[in-house]
Amino acid sequence: MENLTTQLQGVPLNHYIWLSAIIFTIGVIGVLTRRNAIVIFMSVELMLNAVNLLLTAFSVHSNDPSGQVFVFFIMALAAAEVAVGLSIIVMVYRNTKSIDINVLNRLKW
Amino acid sequence: MSTQVFYFVATLSIIFSLMVIFAKNPIHSVLYLILTFFTFTVHYVLLNAQFLAVVNFIVYMGAIMVLFLFVLMLLNLNKDTEPAKSPLIKIIGVIAGGCLVVTLIGSLKSASITSPLILKNQELGLVENLGKELFGPFLLPFELSSLLLLAAMVGAVLLSKRDEVEA
Repeated sequence: MENLTTQLQGVPLNHYIWLSAIIFTIGVIGVLTRRNAIVIFMSVELMLNAVNLLLTAFSVHSNDPSGQVFVFFIMALAAAEVAVGLSIIVMVYRNTKSIDINVLNRLKW
Repeated sequence: MSTQVFYFVATLSIIFSLMVIFAKNPIHSVLYLILTFFTFTVHYVLLNAQFLAVVNFIVYMGAIMVLFLFVLMLLNLNKDTEPAKSPLIKIIGVIAGGCLVVTLIGSLKSASITSPLILKNQELGLVENLGKELFGPFLLPFELSSLLLLAAMVGAVLLSKRDEVEA
């Protein structure tokens, strides 16, 4: 196992940055273009995961375990966020019979 | 062989995450999201962050995605109920995202951190090392996160409970 992982390393750090930037942007595009509240939620999860991957890569790069501990906290936070958010979506659906976020634009007033 | 695996898995994660946001059916979106998270687990294994790989596998692919699928099935959504957004908004969104990625990559190009990523300490991402870190300097945040989870649990139950009057 350790032989394998040492063999697999050597990817430049900025390729990890590019990958995370691209996946984060895909999440942003999903939030901007979709109207289904659940798909928007999934795009937010994509953004969180892009950040997690980058934190792990930097943690390995600077040989500091704090980054990976932080990723662990982000995962706990994401679990809490998903539970509350999905129950809000269920309640919105119960009241409006739709999860189109444009139905919620009356929250503006 | 050495770095090819990373580029292969990175391509897969980009393709699957694109499928997440462009799939018409929300159920397909969730399934592609599970595949995306699986590729992220592979990335963690490649970085030798074994603890995070296991947690990502169990928490994200196991718990969170089941929650998403469960809510989708509960609300009985499919592509007929997907509200259509005007193509103009879609084009504007994609252009805005393209600008963001160009800005990010362009600004990071000048930083040019091209040093290859090499694991100096093989023990870095293992459970033993992270556990010592988690229960040493990070003990207070760890306990506080249990409070956060408790609050989220109570909030989720309260929010999704039906009103007594309605029932």
